[in-house]
Amino acid sequence: MTDLLRLSNISKSFGGVQALKGVDFTIGKGEIHCLVGENGSGKSTLIKIISGNLQPDTGEIWIEGQVYKHLRSIDSINMGIRVIFQDFALFPNLTVAENIAYSQLVEKKEKFLNWKEIETIARIATEKIKINLDLDEQVGNLSVANQQMVAICRALTSDLRFLILDEPTSALTKKEIDQLFVVVKDLQHKGISVMFVSHKLNEVMEIAEKITVIRDGQNVATLPREEITNEKLVYLMTGKTITYSRYDKKIIPEQKLLEVQHLSKKNNFQDISFILHRGEIFGITGLLGSGRTELALALFGMDPADSGKIFVEGRKVRIQSVKDAVQAGIGYVPENRLVQGLIMKRSVGDNIVTVIIKRLLRNFKLIDSKEWDITVNSWINELGIKVAGSDIAVQTLSGGNQQRVVIAKWLAAHPKILILDSPTVGIDIAAKSSIHKIIREMAEKGVGIIFISDEIPEVVNNCNRIAIMRNGRIIEQINTSDVNEADIQRRVEMSETDSLMR
Amino acid sequence: MNKLLKQTEFYIAVVIIILSIVITIFNPRFLTAENLFDLLKSFSVIGIMAVGVLFVLILGGSPDVSFTAIAQVVEYVVVIMTLKWGGNIILAFLIAAALGTLMGSFNGFLVHYFRVPTVIITIATLNIYYGLLYVFSKGQVIFVVHPMFRDFANIKIGSFINQNNVAYGFTLMPLIWILVLFLGWYILKYTSVGRNIYAVGGNEVAAERVGINVFRTKLFAFSFIGLLSGIAAIVHAAIVQSAIPNIIVGQELNVIAAVFLGGASVFGGGGSVIGTFLGIMLFAIMNNGLTLLKISTYWFNVFVGAVIVISITISAIQKIRQEKSRIKIHIEEKAEDRV
Repeated sequence: MTDLLRLSNISKSFGGVQALKGVDFTIGKGEIHCLVGENGSGKSTLIKIISGNLQPDTGEIWIEGQVYKHLRSIDSINMGIRVIFQDFALFPNLTVAENIAYSQLVEKKEKFLNWKEIETIARIATEKIKINLDLDEQVGNLSVANQQMVAICRALTSDLRFLILDEPTSALTKKEIDQLFVVVKDLQHKGISVMFVSHKLNEVMEIAEKITVIRDGQNVATLPREEITNEKLVYLMTGKTITYSRYDKKIIPEQKLLEVQHLSKKNNFQDISFILHRGEIFGITGLLGSGRTELALALFGMDPADSGKIFVEGRKVRIQSVKDAVQAGIGYVPENRLVQGLIMKRSVGDNIVTVIIKRLLRNFKLIDSKEWDITVNSWINELGIKVAGSDIAVQTLSGGNQQRVVIAKWLAAHPKILILDSPTVGIDIAAKSSIHKIIREMAEKGVGIIFISDEIPEVVNNCNRIAIMRNGRIIEQINTSDVNEADIQRRVEMSETDSLMR
Repeated sequence: MNKLLKQTEFYIAVVIIILSIVITIFNPRFLTAENLFDLLKSFSVIGIMAVGVLFVLILGGSPDVSFTAIAQVVEYVVVIMTLKWGGNIILAFLIAAALGTLMGSFNGFLVHYFRVPTVIITIATLNIYYGLLYVFSKGQVIFVVHPMFRDFANIKIGSFINQNNVAYGFTLMPLIWILVLFLGWYILKYTSVGRNIYAVGGNEVAAERVGINVFRTKLFAFSFIGLLSGIAAIVHAAIVQSAIPNIIVGQELNVIAAVFLGGASVFGGGGSVIGTFLGIMLFAIMNNGLTLLKISTYWFNVFVGAVIVISITISAIQKIRQEKSRIKIHIEEKAEDRV
């Protein structure tokens, strides 16, 4: 296999911050490569250098044996390099055909359009990867997976040689990921190199031939797929060996806190029943599209269920709105804390008190500022939020600290039940284990916790029991003391292949 | 058929037909060629400007409100110029188009470089253009215009006589409107700049990434609305045969409402020339119908308000539906259900 692209000794700094330090990187023709690294490790800087959007301070870029000191984005495009970013860069208001053909049309610089030509360009591209798309449909009506296919088809309208996919699987279901893999293999047969870029250990590793790990702006290692194990990868990405400590459950759950019976919502989930005890951590896991987040939203009243019963401490409650849920003692930390959980421009303190603001009101409905200070500071200390002061805007904090602020906000309300949806997504591994510690401490104080996550080791090691969800149903509830990680992983994935086979 | 039912244009057409039937039942004069010619003529000014409004709305959903001021300034300036130096109507159109384009492109520069919503910038320029007009004209009405305007207005294609022995015919003013509609439709559908307007309106970041020159696209749309405002100004001068400094300004919100009604999206990226035409026609017929049915035209304002609410609601519902349809989970059948 000859090299398509070779980077040698690439460095780049931004105002004193060294983003890349002497990176060497090679990709062969028709190779499937995976680039992994934590957030801030320099992955995106590297992609931008390859696509010519950034110029490296030092180093050389070789494409097909030709050396570039200053690779401009037009050079990169002319050499057949295309990047598909997470947002796909599509036009939701235009048809599939036009979206696919657009970059070709812009390149040709024709002033007038020929709609037949647009359709032909699009049809040829879709046929290349044997994908069936309605060319006249508006892209905004497509599923995320199909939008991704449109983006890939667009890349195929030119002489594509190297396709870079940025976090391609983060919003796809298992089935859709399999379809993507089929397409990627197909591209490989055509001699096109593909690089996946990811910040977590996941499915893309399956088909990568080589994996390059990048940490603190340096490439730590490039290894063939066979030599990589999960533990090794974690070590390479973080520089630390992390083993989750198994949660030693001090409280034996016996007192029923929440009971859900036959909860259903059309097109979301069906016939969900489970019991959560006081002081218990109840894990819910399942792939994207299994209905786990939708269930959480229903329990919190944001998207109420259609039918079924919910009991809190033996009393039947109706949860039709967030207000109902809060009154019933339920708190919720959303999956996307940036959008749903925090007011980014407000201070840490303001965010912490949003749920309990009424409790701080005194005469004439004015806020008791002394009480405000006491409350806010006690939570900042309790959860170890690293911040210079309570008046600092949340948007300046790191991911792990932001997550602590959301948790503090709900803990301040003293909930009986706390739903945590993917609380450790996108934060680094050290911060992760401290969040786990906080969760365990809450449970020890008697809070019932519903812990939603698709990271199996995390749920196995932190939960008393786990429910596995698939296609809107709970297919299994397991006691974590009875199983190990590999077991659960197999059950989650097997169930999917199972259903594919049927 | 299914696709047709999804389109706003279809519903407006249905409403127009029903409304026309109702009005005709109460007053058969509605469906006479004379009334319809008249209707087209009197709405040709805002009809021409509406096409420009559509272009800017596709670009981002935020309306340009300064176009009436542009037309107002152009009308006044050209009327004075022709009075002083004469010339002919074609020259008047050219000068008007150039002046309008200039003022429109100024908006385009401001919108692109300050990255402020169009509506805010154009409120400012509306006041600048209109204010300067008042400063220099001192609000004086020009009652006598150059005869070229009257001559132009009197050209008729076909001549008919109604039952009261009054001659009428199809004039050039609505014809210009029709030409502008065709031009707008053609640009949006068959030219790269037209598609770029849709692309920028749909996703500006993506537009930049596929290599579209976003600034040039915006500049085109704003220049185009300026150009059409200039043309509309001459059509207006021909119809009213005077130059009153405050007669066009004040109609901008009605025009914008009609274009929203015609399916332009408040989020940008959506809208069509046919929809815009139907939107204006619905306004025209409503207005005409109220007169013919001897209902106070004050009701027209209520109608305009209701129309804005309805059309914005429709855009919003469509967007919400689009988002919801993407997060449907296929619920698995239970083993026992299948047996």
